[in-house]
Amino acid sequence: MLDLGLEVLFKGSNMLRLLQGLWVAVKISLISIAVSMPLGVVVGSLMTVKNKFIKLILRIYLETIRIMPQLVLLFIVYFGSTRALGWNLSGEVASIIVFVLWGAAEMGDLVRGALISIPKHQYESSKALGLSKVQTYIYIIIPQTVRRLVPLSINLITRMIKTTSLVLMIGVVEMLKVAQQIIEANRMVSPNASFGVFLVVFILYFLVCWPISMLARHLEKRWV
Amino acid sequence: MAEKILEIKNLTKKYGSQTILDGIDLSIDKGEVVVVVGPSGCGKSTLLRCINSLEDIDAGEIVHDGHKIGMVFQSYELFPHLSVLDNITLAPIKVQKRDKAEVKKQALELLKRVGLLDKADSYPRQLSGGQKQRVAIVRALCVEPEILLFDEVTAALDPEMVREVLDVMLDLAKQGRTMIIVTHEMQFAKAVADRVIFLDGGHIVEEGKPKEFFENPKTERAKKFLDVFSFDDYLKDGEGI
Ligand SMILES: Nc1ncnc2c1ncn2[C@@H]1O[C@H](COP(=O)(O)OP(=O)(O)OP(=O)(O)O)[C@@H](O)[C@H]1O
Ligand SMILES: [Mg+2]
Repeated sequence: MLDLGLEVLFKGSNMLRLLQGLWVAVKISLISIAVSMPLGVVVGSLMTVKNKFIKLILRIYLETIRIMPQLVLLFIVYFGSTRALGWNLSGEVASIIVFVLWGAAEMGDLVRGALISIPKHQYESSKALGLSKVQTYIYIIIPQTVRRLVPLSINLITRMIKTTSLVLMIGVVEMLKVAQQIIEANRMVSPNASFGVFLVVFILYFLVCWPISMLARHLEKRWV
Repeated sequence: MAEKILEIKNLTKKYGSQTILDGIDLSIDKGEVVVVVGPSGCGKSTLLRCINSLEDIDAGEIVHDGHKIGMVFQSYELFPHLSVLDNITLAPIKVQKRDKAEVKKQALELLKRVGLLDKADSYPRQLSGGQKQRVAIVRALCVEPEILLFDEVTAALDPEMVREVLDVMLDLAKQGRTMIIVTHEMQFAKAVADRVIFLDGGHIVEEGKPKEFFENPKTERAKKFLDVFSFDDYLKDGEGI
């Protein structure tokens, strides 16, 4: 039989440690998502205002965050800012800061896109029926924007969850880090363990992200 | 003497340095059907949009004494996330705060009148262009406007659907509604209009009874404009290509 070295997972509390690692990743994702989604709505709405200065600032913010690999951002915030500003930032807090900055930028762009994709005529026919500005937003614009936004933002959420695996690079002990530790510790007894352990990591990520993508697909079908 | 319902005095509208409407004077009586024709880009849509205060005006005034104005657009502009019935009842319920049951009853009656009772629970994407436009007309009617504006409401439709929409408008005219209609359907204009207005270069160049205007236009510009819609010259030459 193919030896995947799966037995290492049943040694001691290894499986539990792996799940705890998953929890750390999920926790970082959940906090970042919870903070960056509403921030993104604000950023995106501000990007549609007429003020050129606000637009320029947000554009620069968005482009910088997008051009930089997330890993570089993590290093800048974790190592760079601790050196430069002399504070003590835990790996988890640094990760959350980076994911919030990133998530808010990406979400902002999605919100902006959804808002400007509503045709001008929708505002006009609403006005022609006597709806006030506020009523137009409540009954016409926001419901349509949300319908466009929900599947897109769910995709962003799965991307954020997957990207949290990077935080092991700044020493945060999340699932991938635990996996490496387990493999390392059993190098001699189970040399094949890397297959099995990473397979389990893959399955765990899949189990977290798959239902979310299914939901996105379902909503997309229902609303488009 | 007919009752005046809308009066436009010296209406001027500019986009940048370009003057689109240059001192338009026009008054409309209650129950009158006025058809506005003119070459593309002469400002027909702009005129309707100014009347309905979708555009700010640069000079002049539009007096409608609180008479409600409804408008139907070329591209229907139904709200895609709402059912046909919700499209129609949204404004009466949320803006006019009318009784839900009463509004619904009225909406269904109007839908029946335009032959779309069975579509009340459909969504706009499930309708043909002609059906969408009839719904848009019902939606405009349900807020009980005293003046109805139509901006080329059949221009985006396939030919076989034009008639069903025009029939609805003829029916409205027969009911004595006050309407201002922009259209390129000259036969329809002739049939429905009490008065035709020919707009060109920012001015009302000619106006009159439809029969007079279409059969004996007084101005050169109107003659030239109407020639575009006729194939008489071609037929006279006989052979064709
Ligand atoms: N928002 C705008 N900004 C600048 N110019 C505009 C705007 N809207 C319309 N115009 C210009 O105003 C003029 C009149 O436009 P309008 O849409 O009223 O013409 P129209 O008579 O309705 O033409 P059509 O028969 O093609 O619909 C056109 O030259 C057009 O380019
Ligand atoms: Mg037009």
